[in-house]
Amino acid sequence: MVTQQDTLYAELAALVGAAHVRPATPADAVEGRLPRYVVAPGSAQEVAQVLRVANQAGLRVAPRGGGSKLDWGQPPAALDLILATERLDAVLEHAWADMTATVQAGCRVATLQQVLAQHGQRLALDTLWPERATVGGILATNDSGALRMRFGALRDLILGVLVALPDGTLARSGGKVVKNVAGYDLQKLMTGALGTLGVIVEATFRLYPLPAAQRTFSLELSTPALAQRLLLAILDSTLVPSSLQLRLSTASAPVVDVRFEGIAAAIDSQADHLRRIAAELGASAPVEADEQVWLAREALWQAPEGAIVKISVLPADWATFVAALERVAQRLRLRWTLVAQALGLGMLQLSAPNDEALLAGLSLLRAAAGQRGGALVALRLPTALKARFDVWGPVGDTLALQRRIKQQFDPRATLNPGRFVGGI
Amino acid sequence: MIQQHVLAELRALLGEDGLLTEPEQLRTYDADGLTNFRVVPAAVALPRTGAQVQRVVQICHRERLPFVARGSGTGLSGGALPVEGGIVISLSRLNRILEIDIPNQRVVVEPGVINLQVTQAVAPYGYFYAPDPSSQSVCTIGGNVAENAGGAHCLKYGFTVTHVLGLTVVLPDGSLAHLGGKTLDTPGYDLPGVFVGSEGTLGIAIEVILRIVKRPETIQTLLAAFNSTDEAGAAVSAIIAAGMLPAAIEMMDRLSRDAAEAAVHANYPEAEALLLVELDGPAAEVALLMAQVRAICEAHGAWEIRVAQSEAERAVLWKGRKAAFAAMGRISPDYIVQDGVIPRTALPRILREIEALSARAGLRVANVFHAGDGNLHPLVLYDRSKGEEQRAEELAFEILRRCVEAGGSITGEHGVGREKQKFMSVMFAEPDLETMQLVRCAFDPHHLSNPDKVFPRPRLCAEKPGRYEPHPLERAGVAELF
Repeated sequence: MVTQQDTLYAELAALVGAAHVRPATPADAVEGRLPRYVVAPGSAQEVAQVLRVANQAGLRVAPRGGGSKLDWGQPPAALDLILATERLDAVLEHAWADMTATVQAGCRVATLQQVLAQHGQRLALDTLWPERATVGGILATNDSGALRMRFGALRDLILGVLVALPDGTLARSGGKVVKNVAGYDLQKLMTGALGTLGVIVEATFRLYPLPAAQRTFSLELSTPALAQRLLLAILDSTLVPSSLQLRLSTASAPVVDVRFEGIAAAIDSQADHLRRIAAELGASAPVEADEQVWLAREALWQAPEGAIVKISVLPADWATFVAALERVAQRLRLRWTLVAQALGLGMLQLSAPNDEALLAGLSLLRAAAGQRGGALVALRLPTALKARFDVWGPVGDTLALQRRIKQQFDPRATLNPGRFVGGI
Repeated sequence: MIQQHVLAELRALLGEDGLLTEPEQLRTYDADGLTNFRVVPAAVALPRTGAQVQRVVQICHRERLPFVARGSGTGLSGGALPVEGGIVISLSRLNRILEIDIPNQRVVVEPGVINLQVTQAVAPYGYFYAPDPSSQSVCTIGGNVAENAGGAHCLKYGFTVTHVLGLTVVLPDGSLAHLGGKTLDTPGYDLPGVFVGSEGTLGIAIEVILRIVKRPETIQTLLAAFNSTDEAGAAVSAIIAAGMLPAAIEMMDRLSRDAAEAAVHANYPEAEALLLVELDGPAAEVALLMAQVRAICEAHGAWEIRVAQSEAERAVLWKGRKAAFAAMGRISPDYIVQDGVIPRTALPRILREIEALSARAGLRVANVFHAGDGNLHPLVLYDRSKGEEQRAEELAFEILRRCVEAGGSITGEHGVGREKQKFMSVMFAEPDLETMQLVRCAFDPHHLSNPDKVFPRPRLCAEKPGRYEPHPLERAGVAELF
């Protein structure tokens, strides 16, 4: 008996080759949803064709790179196919003299960095798990790291994109030059869209030189309020740190980490300046620290359970947020670790005695962050709890507009349905 | 034409001095900085508040009346060109700075605020607003947002979009939407990222949240004179290859140098190519790097080098460059400003091609450009009274075609507007343009907001086949509760 499933399999195999389509295994499940097949297209055209077939057949598709952040977002409303970008892993062009690179979505971030380093360049970004994460994955989730302080986020680094739409269209926007305002900026729209509008097939980035030298200094502080004052004093100074973060937890006092890059002699004078700022505030003197401190964000994921959330507040609001966090934690007996960047983005790991306490804590902290326009987005949360806590939170008065955008790009909700804000 | 009762409604809303309908008043608004395109609008609205802007747009939406937002009208691509029979919404009266938040490095402004006023407002605290188009003393933030304006210093500091964190926007249906916000990474699609640079086609911003930047400890500017643009171009490449990121690298050729000299007497050396390199940052770093830049310039044939340290000395060096466009009037009755971008490495080749094209057309081309990011501003000089206009346009467009062929863009900061619509097809394939316009269909399905700009052919925004399947949570009304 020929089932619909067999027809689908045959069709996919005809598109990408039988070697590149296989039945899904439990390891391919996304937030508890088991797809039917995993398809690995070998070209941009194949990506578009697979999408077109899926779209026409009413199948739901989840794009997948390294799979390191596949649990971010709400669980998919439905899932039939995983579209794996693993075969699209080439650095297509490193125009080192122009300081740009064009790379396929399935290329691992670490691989890209190795290629760029051959000419003393880099994608100026320290994402989570660069060995596993792919270019498409960091774009879809808008993951950036501590270097964002100086070099901006992915939206500031991406120059162009090739994207496949559910109806099989392949479209480019942007270009390969640093400066370009021709047409709408789809590369920014696709960045952080969690694969709900199209599948990013390749991207072009502006690059930065690898620094001649870099040094990191850490300062221990007695209170979060003093740490806040130090962060603001550094922001308001003429220092140019490439990264500036605050680490603190239930069990440890606040530490501020500062990274300088550039010419060694110039770093020395910035370090002196930092010492003066610390002394003026009555803070302890900065001590040279290991680069490992910049992996603090990643270390949060080593906690065996609980939630990890992204916090967005104003740069001057960290102390206020931490005060609220301490109150909530005490009341609900939560344990927490916060890695916050000076510019107002942080990651917070929370452990609670039970689910109820965790959910109550998340709601209270979302309200605290939201008091002055900030947000709390859950990144890691047990799937079962996502039915009771929307990982995204409120999106203000743009939800109708965002739904219209989704409707235009993906009218049949083929891509990652239900995973994004407001059930998009 | 607009019906009388609609005009009466607008007049009641905006007051006698808030609505212009007399032909001689309207003529003032028939063009922006690109004066060879002119359309007289049916009316000009001059609202004083964001709420009035919203009411005007609601009326336009109800009447299906096309509207064009306008700031100071300094745009160079015809982006603020009115629509025949439509209205212009001038935002010049929305000129308040609403909030200055120094600890968080944020400023909230209305769209009619002048670019330079933002820097002036925060300068006492040691900050500046980074995007600095040459027209910064007159152009508005609203216009900067529409065009994603750049300027000389975006090489290091990025464009307008890098500095816009949020916007309150009147959408083309008259509804209000807050895109982004004061904090970073607001959940959802990057709406500011797509709105900035959309050239007024997705709605009208009535409030803009800007990021300001701490003034660096030191700023130094170097002027170097070369015997050819090739030598100067090679020096630029060497500076970038040395791993430096100057705040600005500008180049002027002989013709633009002469024009600037005639206009503002900047006292520039008589060179075939001038290079301006500005470094900023911690003093120790700038001193070391400036020594390197000087050595690189000398190694590439610079025969005169001046370094300005003080604000006053720097202003003198920049004076000629900032005045370059306007200075063309000194050496030519008419000129076209173009805005192509090329990969920096293609610079010497493209400059030679421009020279050849210029000779073939029998028209002079002056070159002033942001050399660091490959953004050319070829100025095609011509005389309308001698019937040279069409030849000049053909030459300007041929230069743009070469930019695209070299892997570049038809516009780096001026926008597509009306002027370069047909050139979008040179740079993008049909599916690219169709896909971009899906965004327009989401924001403005009736094409009321600055219609017939940017794209060569408007996409019809019909309902596409297929059905949007709401998420189960959404159906249950749960998602709405959050």
